Amino acid sequence: MHNLLTSGPLRLMLLATAALLALGLCLVNEIADQANSALARRTVAAIESDHAILAAAGRDGIDGMVERINEFAARTQAGLYRLQRADGQMIAGNLAAWPALSADRTATFNYTPSGAGKRLAVGIATEVGNDHRLIVARDIEDQRALAIRIRWLGWLGVAGLAVAGLVIGLLARRVLLGKIGTITATSRAIMAGDLSRRIDRDGSSDEVDQLAGNLNDMLTRIESLMAALREVSDNIAHDLRTPLNRLRNTAEDALRQSRDSTAARAGLEKVIEQADELIKTFNALLLIARLEPGDAVTPTEEVDLAALAADVGELYEPVADEVGLVLKVSVPPAPLHVAANRQLLGQAVANLVDNAIKYSSGTEGPPASHMVTLDVEERYGKITLTVADHGPGIPHADRDRALKRFVRLEKSRSLPGTGLGLSLVAAVARMHRATLLLGDNSPGLKVTMQFPHMGRPSHATPAHE
Amino acid sequence: MAAARVGTDAIRVCPFSVFNSLGNKEAVTPMRLLIIEDDRETAQFLQKSLKESGHVAEVAHDGATGLSMAEGGGYDALIVDRMLPVKDGLSIVQERRAAGDRTPVLILSALGQVDDRVKGLRAGGDDYLTKPYAYAELLARIEALVRRNVPEEQTTRYVVADLVLDRLSHKVTRAGQPLTLQPREYRLLEYLMRNAGQVVTRTMLLENVWDYHFDPQTNVIDVHISRLRTKIDKGFDPPLLHTVRGSGYMIRPGGA
Repeated sequence: MHNLLTSGPLRLMLLATAALLALGLCLVNEIADQANSALARRTVAAIESDHAILAAAGRDGIDGMVERINEFAARTQAGLYRLQRADGQMIAGNLAAWPALSADRTATFNYTPSGAGKRLAVGIATEVGNDHRLIVARDIEDQRALAIRIRWLGWLGVAGLAVAGLVIGLLARRVLLGKIGTITATSRAIMAGDLSRRIDRDGSSDEVDQLAGNLNDMLTRIESLMAALREVSDNIAHDLRTPLNRLRNTAEDALRQSRDSTAARAGLEKVIEQADELIKTFNALLLIARLEPGDAVTPTEEVDLAALAADVGELYEPVADEVGLVLKVSVPPAPLHVAANRQLLGQAVANLVDNAIKYSSGTEGPPASHMVTLDVEERYGKITLTVADHGPGIPHADRDRALKRFVRLEKSRSLPGTGLGLSLVAAVARMHRATLLLGDNSPGLKVTMQFPHMGRPSHATPAHE
Repeated sequence: MAAARVGTDAIRVCPFSVFNSLGNKEAVTPMRLLIIEDDRETAQFLQKSLKESGHVAEVAHDGATGLSMAEGGGYDALIVDRMLPVKDGLSIVQERRAAGDRTPVLILSALGQVDDRVKGLRAGGDDYLTKPYAYAELLARIEALVRRNVPEEQTTRYVVADLVLDRLSHKVTRAGQPLTLQPREYRLLEYLMRNAGQVVTRTMLLENVWDYHFDPQTNVIDVHISRLRTKIDKGFDPPLLHTVRGSGYMIRPGGA
């Protein structure tokens, strides 16, 4: 019952029903009263007109009046007349007994016609000369019955409506509560930790069913976000835990060898080296996190991508040379401006070139395969930067994963560096609204970054999202 | 420009030439530094390390104390943490700059983003170092800052032993023989020679020669240095471009 009282819709419905009931009763009473008084006015008018005619007929003697009374009594059904002498002897009319009526006032009275029950009438009693009295009246028993019937029927109708309203309301509430109950139960289960639960749909596609559908879609989105978050924190934990553990081991080892100062020193140097690596990884993770769209400011600096690529190429050319590779940089002579953050974009390009050199050094094969290329070009009005190598490449299945936040591919662990290079490039690309594609250089990896037009912000999202 | 003509007054000779036989530590002109850092352990570590490097450092643990100490003056450089109790580091720098104090400032910060860095330099900082940093990096930078603050005459030539870099003709010679350097190699050498006798870290080179404020994954700088070394030291004696273990590089006369 507490449920019934706290149920919002039910309370509203009860209130509405009560208001309707009160309004209906007032209306019924008013209609009955109006009808009654309209009829009463007509009856009184008829009585007065009858009376006037009879009075006029009686002016030349009582006989004229008698004649008229007989005429009226024969003609009208509801008309009641009685002319009697002072001693009570009836001279004319159809009213068997003189009713209790005070003189000269229209009033109601009861009378009893022969062979029937008591009936209600309205009439007026007047003195005619000194020795006669006259009553002119109308039978209003039928009228009264009608008025009572109207009132009763009205009340009955209103009561019926109220009951029907209550019943429908309760039913509607039951249906609604049933549907909402499903949602409530499911949401409780979800709050208790089972995020895989979904609200059962009845397929009616009514509002509640649509709501359930929307909630289910929302839950699916939340679940996938949660999964992504878990994956990201797992990745971060993995990226930091392993080197932290290594660092601790090295420190412990150095402590054990503290008697041998050379070994201890070497160990401490290794500790610092590992701490530096850890800091690098941490910085890379932080930077990737900061570059999340919506968080980082959209770059507005006008950067010449051709010059930037040439610069990075110049920075890495000796590095490539050192490991027996050729870094071939081709950029157009004219500047190609993109809206960018020079430092971040520079770092992204540097990462790509660095990766290309790292993974293709030591490649066997003809001289052509010892080449890493860095190209910037404008084709069909689109500015693209491409870095390609002839290394092992990234298997097709791993490419999507390689661009995810904080993901480092397993094979990257054997090489120096944080392994977060591509992940960072992807984040920088997202921030620059550039499309990043990992393709096949057959053999090798070909990374393409395609930039939106400058000054015309493109809303194209990176291809991997 | 009269000073542009090569003359002894315009030649900046490495001050270390007279200390050739001495070790690094003794050669350093002692600096008086103010460390404004709220983390006591960090401050103590810095103070101790700087003392070992031959410098004198005083410490303030909050912004207000730091500012009033800086107002007292007499410091060769300030090392200011960005986030401080009472008064933040950037405000200290701004107030000192507004008061006309040109003492070099190295800002330390846990905020390392490019825009944070720009903010720090715009506030009047001369250099910006992100935590965590290596002490060697901090030392190299603070020494470079103090050195730079010494009023510099219109230097047209850098000379280290028999290596000469002429900034007007962009010509480099070693023992009178012309050397052919690529534009970037020239700038690299120019920066090293400007800071001759002082340690220059890889990050400093990356920032000042390439204008990159990020971490290239491999030690690209080492490869560039090794190329430069081949050009300026190979076939000459003694070697001038030295690797300082755990710190960076230094160009100075005399052998290892």
